[in-house]
Amino acid sequence: MTALTTDPLASESSPLKLAPRRHYAQVVGAVAVLLLAFLLIQSLALNKNMQWSTVWKYLWNGQVGQGIVTTLVLTVICMVMGTILATVLAVMRLSKNKVLSTVSFAYIWFFRGTPLLVQLIFWYNLAALFPLLGIGIPLTNISASVSTNVVITAFVAAVLGFTLNEAAYMSEIVRAGIQSVNVGQREAALSTGMTEAQCMVRIVLPQAMRVIVPPTANQAINLLKATSLVAFISGGDLLSAVQDIYAVNFAVIPLLVVASIWYLVVVSVASVGQHYLERRVGKGFTHFSEDAVRDQIASIKAAQGGNE
Amino acid sequence: MKPMVEIIDLHKSFGKVEVLKGINLQVKPGSVTSILGPSGSGKSTMLRCINHLEQPTGGAVKVNGDYVGYTRKGDVLSEISGKALAKQRAGIGMVFQRFDLYAHKTALENIIEGPLRVLGQSRSAATDEAMALLERVGLRNRARAYPAQLSGGQQQRVAIARALAMKPKVMLFDEPTSALDPELVGEVLAVMKEVAASGMTMLVVTHEIAFAREVSSEVVFMADGYIVEQGDPNLVLRKPSHPRTQDFLSRVL
Ligand SMILES: Nc1ncnc2c1ncn2[C@@H]1O[C@H](COP(=O)(O)OP(=O)(O)O)[C@@H](O)[C@H]1O
Ligand SMILES: [Mg+2]
Repeated sequence: MTALTTDPLASESSPLKLAPRRHYAQVVGAVAVLLLAFLLIQSLALNKNMQWSTVWKYLWNGQVGQGIVTTLVLTVICMVMGTILATVLAVMRLSKNKVLSTVSFAYIWFFRGTPLLVQLIFWYNLAALFPLLGIGIPLTNISASVSTNVVITAFVAAVLGFTLNEAAYMSEIVRAGIQSVNVGQREAALSTGMTEAQCMVRIVLPQAMRVIVPPTANQAINLLKATSLVAFISGGDLLSAVQDIYAVNFAVIPLLVVASIWYLVVVSVASVGQHYLERRVGKGFTHFSEDAVRDQIASIKAAQGGNE
Repeated sequence: MKPMVEIIDLHKSFGKVEVLKGINLQVKPGSVTSILGPSGSGKSTMLRCINHLEQPTGGAVKVNGDYVGYTRKGDVLSEISGKALAKQRAGIGMVFQRFDLYAHKTALENIIEGPLRVLGQSRSAATDEAMALLERVGLRNRARAYPAQLSGGQQQRVAIARALAMKPKVMLFDEPTSALDPELVGEVLAVMKEVAASGMTMLVVTHEIAFAREVSSEVVFMADGYIVEQGDPNLVLRKPSHPRTQDFLSRVL
């Protein structure tokens, strides 16, 4: 007699139920965290020294609003210009040309190696070093110049400082992105007659974005908050605005809370943007695309001779 | 008849290692040349020198009468600009072992990219021609699929269509079926046979002996950076004269 082992699942008369695993530790943890959060919020919310009415009042203050606008404008300008410069630096760094790659290396070394605050103050005080900014043609008398203090306002100093600094950090991110793209993609593009530049712009960089975007969002959020350093050169940003206000009314903590709330709001909006951007640059790297699925269903129907 | 591809005393070294040690080869227009040989013998390097993905360290390659990557002035070959090289490459199609379709573009977008950006065709003309090419490789209904959504065989057929879209004078195939599951090899070989039948000049590095015998007009056998034997497929594959060829064929057949 041969003993045939039958699958117990197959022999059941009614279908078996699936019981998910219970996560007791998670439940206990969640309760503990909620309790702690409740106590913290209670101690802050009921704390008279927080002066919540002051916070509420200054949340909608015009000067604070101006500060937010300056902070956003500064962040966007420096991030965009910094990223463009960073891409150039990254391509130079990866170039076979030794001069280009060394220049890029030196740039990154210098701007990452010195404190951002020092760079900002340097640009703001450029006049101390070069009182006049000018252009001229060598060996002739033709030249033009202006006073440095007229050109380098606090805002211009901030744009210069943050852009040049951001470019150094971003270029390392862009370089990692470029290097993450399979060399086969480049060779395929070159073999169809694209130039190196076309290949970089059309084939390599779009794919590198997938690796570049997440840390770039991080950089942007960092920059947004780092712009508060312009308070040192009276730059008129969000932090400068609340500092100006509490210098008069001494409500230091409530106004710092106002600034923090706005920073949180802006960062939250930026994070939502990041999510959608990541989905966009991930195109082709998932197995799901509505168009392709529709085509496939249509071709299966056609193969079955269906006439729907 | 003027050869379509002419390889003249081609040498290539990587650092101190000489990989190609003086290759001479002439390829007639409309012919199919199969290149066989053990792994590491320099087949890919030779193919990549033809479209200058590798820069030769000695000798030269001519395609359709022009030196690839150089222009000749008297006895000197001087390097041409990146733009001029790109123009030469546009006339030399290449199909890779790993397909290398642009991962962020659909099948259709992969095919029209070159015609749009390099040949300067209009989008509608390029799309019409691309759809005809997809039809030719049997993938008209997969035009909007991304490479990750296609099987290896389908990806390679799109890659062949992408190369054909540039209307090249020569096509180079570097082990086009080596990365495929066995059941997908046939569909790619069928497309290659059709391309060969259309009169395309082809150089094919392959381990498919049956394909080499059936489709090619010439078989080249490489070992250790040299061409050790070449000739009519029926002769070279049935009665190899060089011991390296005999040894190789006895192992793959
Ligand atoms: N980029 C490279 N750098 C250094 N060595 C290489 C490079 N490409 C190929 N080689 C070497 O050259 C030899 C020939 O390689 P290849 O042309 O790919 O051979 P095949 O295609 O016949 O297998 C191998 O030893 C390989 O390791
Ligand atoms: Mg090879």
